[in-house]
Amino acid sequence: MNLGPHADFIVASYALTLFVVAALIAWVVLDYAAQRRVLGDLEARGITRRSRRTEG
Amino acid sequence: MAVIDLANPTRFLALVNRLLPWLWATTAILFVVGIYRALGAPDDYQQGATVKIMFLHVPSAWLGMFGWSVMSLAALGTLVWRHPLADVAGKAAAPLGAAFTFICLVTGSLWGRPTWGTYWVWDARLTSMLVLLLLYLGVLALYWTAEDPGRGARAAAILSLVGAVNLPIIKFSVDWWNTLHQPASIFRMGGSTIDPSILVPLFIMAGAFTLLFVTLHLAVMRNEILRRRVRTMQLMQAQALAEAGA
Repeated sequence: MNLGPHADFIVASYALTLFVVAALIAWVVLDYAAQRRVLGDLEARGITRRSRRTEG
Repeated sequence: MAVIDLANPTRFLALVNRLLPWLWATTAILFVVGIYRALGAPDDYQQGATVKIMFLHVPSAWLGMFGWSVMSLAALGTLVWRHPLADVAGKAAAPLGAAFTFICLVTGSLWGRPTWGTYWVWDARLTSMLVLLLLYLGVLALYWTAEDPGRGARAAAILSLVGAVNLPIIKFSVDWWNTLHQPASIFRMGGSTIDPSILVPLFIMAGAFTLLFVTLHLAVMRNEILRRRVRTMQLMQAQALAEAGA
């Protein structure tokens, strides 16, 4: 595949997009793991949400 | 499950947990096909190989505007019905819309240098997209700096509705003003002016980007619901400790 004389601009565009999308995905995955961990810690200490208490 | 049931965060979470693996997989497949077709597309007769940047730039531009549309609809849910999931949806769309607007601006700039001879001009289309990015940053600042999350959400919702005025300005800027940015070439009266060998990969990439946005949006909404649960439980824990100490 020949990207011609402006290959640098094309490669930079794809690299930047890949970087931003990868950063978004990493942020979402790491944030989910962090929230699950904190929720697990709180529940292990016997803290429950009001909604669960009223359901029971 | 009725649609109204999704207004319940617990049921919404259950549905999202079931949907997300399928959405991630479909998004990945669509990107593989889209990038394969995009890189294999012929050079444009005027732009040459730089037309390959359009497969990133155009979907990002659409999603930058789509993200703000989602926020505006969510703002109605926050201000009119005061539904917590509406605020979650609006808050989740803001960083995603900002990221895609940023990609649109930078890839457009990288396309402009070899094509127009400049990275930037204060053209109506480019400037209105930059204003969109600044509006996104404003909404994010409101969410991140408000001491009271409820007041921050209402302020962000008002800014989302006011900022929606910018969407038709972006769309019609190339018609209303004499701009360096080319006029509409995909969705226009009389049909697209783009050859199918480029238009088809562009639509596949647009589908892949849109599915990525939807997938990320649901995932960020899930995280935000969990974060609010954590906050509620931490407040309850603090309250219990205060009562035990009193």
